[in-house]
Amino acid sequence: MAAADELKFREFDDAATLLAANPDATTISIEEPAEPRQKQHGRRQEPGREEDDELLGTDDSDKTELLAGQKKSAPFWTFEYYQTFFDVDTYQVLDRIKGSVFPVPGRNFVRLYIRSNPDLYGPFWICATLVFAIAVSGNLSNFFIHLGRPTYHYVPEFRKVSIAATTIYAYAWLVPLAVWGFLMWRNSKVMNIVSYSFLEIVCVYGYSLFIYIPTAILWIIPQKVVRWVLMMFSLCLSGSVLVMTFWPAVRDDNRRIALATVGTIVLLHALLSVGCLAYFFDAPEVDFPAPIVPAHNGTTLVTK
Amino acid sequence: FADLAGMAVAEDIPVEGEITVPVGAHGPDEDHSTLDEPVRDTIMRDLKAVGKKFVHVMYPKKSSALLRDWDLWGPLVLCVSLALMLQGGSADSKEDGGPQFAEVFVIIWFGAVVITLNSKLLGGTISFFQSLCVLGYCVLPLTVAMLVCRLVLLAGSGTVSFIVRLIVVVAMFAWSTLASTAFLADSQPPHRKALVVYPIFLFYFVISWMILTFTPQ
Repeated sequence: MAAADELKFREFDDAATLLAANPDATTISIEEPAEPRQKQHGRRQEPGREEDDELLGTDDSDKTELLAGQKKSAPFWTFEYYQTFFDVDTYQVLDRIKGSVFPVPGRNFVRLYIRSNPDLYGPFWICATLVFAIAVSGNLSNFFIHLGRPTYHYVPEFRKVSIAATTIYAYAWLVPLAVWGFLMWRNSKVMNIVSYSFLEIVCVYGYSLFIYIPTAILWIIPQKVVRWVLMMFSLCLSGSVLVMTFWPAVRDDNRRIALATVGTIVLLHALLSVGCLAYFFDAPEVDFPAPIVPAHNGTTLVTK
Repeated sequence: FADLAGMAVAEDIPVEGEITVPVGAHGPDEDHSTLDEPVRDTIMRDLKAVGKKFVHVMYPKKSSALLRDWDLWGPLVLCVSLALMLQGGSADSKEDGGPQFAEVFVIIWFGAVVITLNSKLLGGTISFFQSLCVLGYCVLPLTVAMLVCRLVLLAGSGTVSFIVRLIVVVAMFAWSTLASTAFLADSQPPHRKALVVYPIFLFYFVISWMILTFTPQ
């Protein structure tokens, strides 16, 4: 009797054979870490949706959460735990730097380059290089600006290295902490499609600071206009990387909060560059008109 | 027990030997106990080891002396002498002068530790103290450059002296970086060599900058 047969319990076939019989069936796979297979699933997408997915990260946001959880499986007091943050090759670091300097409109830096493998190598050493680039360039530019003045005695200004280090490292670590905290708080109120882990935000900020290294070196040129043009240019480049990263994370939120968040991120970035330019690089002075200088020297000699 | 009682040790089987085992050092070590040697020998042995490593740094060949028998005496001596020579700069204002002794010390040791950690985190197979030893010993060319700079500055501080100092410092910076890379490169994973060499470059660049910008009072 058909009814009795249907009510009888049947063993299910092996998942593979069932899938072979019906390839389009929805499947759930709960497995041990099998990262290469999951990454391939993420990449086999319809090509039309790819651009949106790159920006939103919907293609592999679930899997990236899984992968992020699986990577840090060593307990935090072992050395291997920290080695997972340095799991990058030279070409990967160079690719990430290239992606931060040439931001492609519409491409999300985190999804495109970091892909759930945030590293701490880039942020740490880019910040270290930036600290010394700013200190050395500032010192050199001051030297060239004041070179002709007879009363000028060159000083290496070593204090400024510690000030630069404090500023840059505080910016590169505390601001991502604040942004991450804010995004987590908003996530609890409004369900966002995209969310970033703390390390990914640190990574974005670290790599976005790379453009300031050549900018700082070019700031040696003692022309005000040149310096401001350079600053605007680098601010646009690195700001756009940050905006394109964080806009998808907040755009589902209240319009004003989203705009305020992105605006604050750009404002802090601008403050950093303006502050560095103002503090470490003296203003290029207008040349003294020639007759005044000998008179000044003359009066000092007389009074002495 | 009756059988055993009946057996007796024959008188003519020799039974001899020592029951007690002699206590004391055996083997070749007993001639090289370093406790009784004169102090001069102890000091000379360490000095000779340090000197041998200096020679290895100045002529970097593939030798394992620096790596296998690491010691930190050489780096300490170099660091202290470099920091001392960097004193006596423009100290009229406490603020904007050159680096203080503690700053040089911290930069060298903290920088070496950070670079070693970086190389180990990237998967390097060198041990912590071996890497510290190599990085410290490779400061030797820069210490020589500092000595030369101070001597040149005694002669005058014009443009010519600056150019001479610049050439010397650049040459010694290149020597330091190449020497340390020659010793450390083999222990790094293959696709990450540039990632390990760049911080070493930055480290010696900062030290060279401190040497080049030294201006006496």
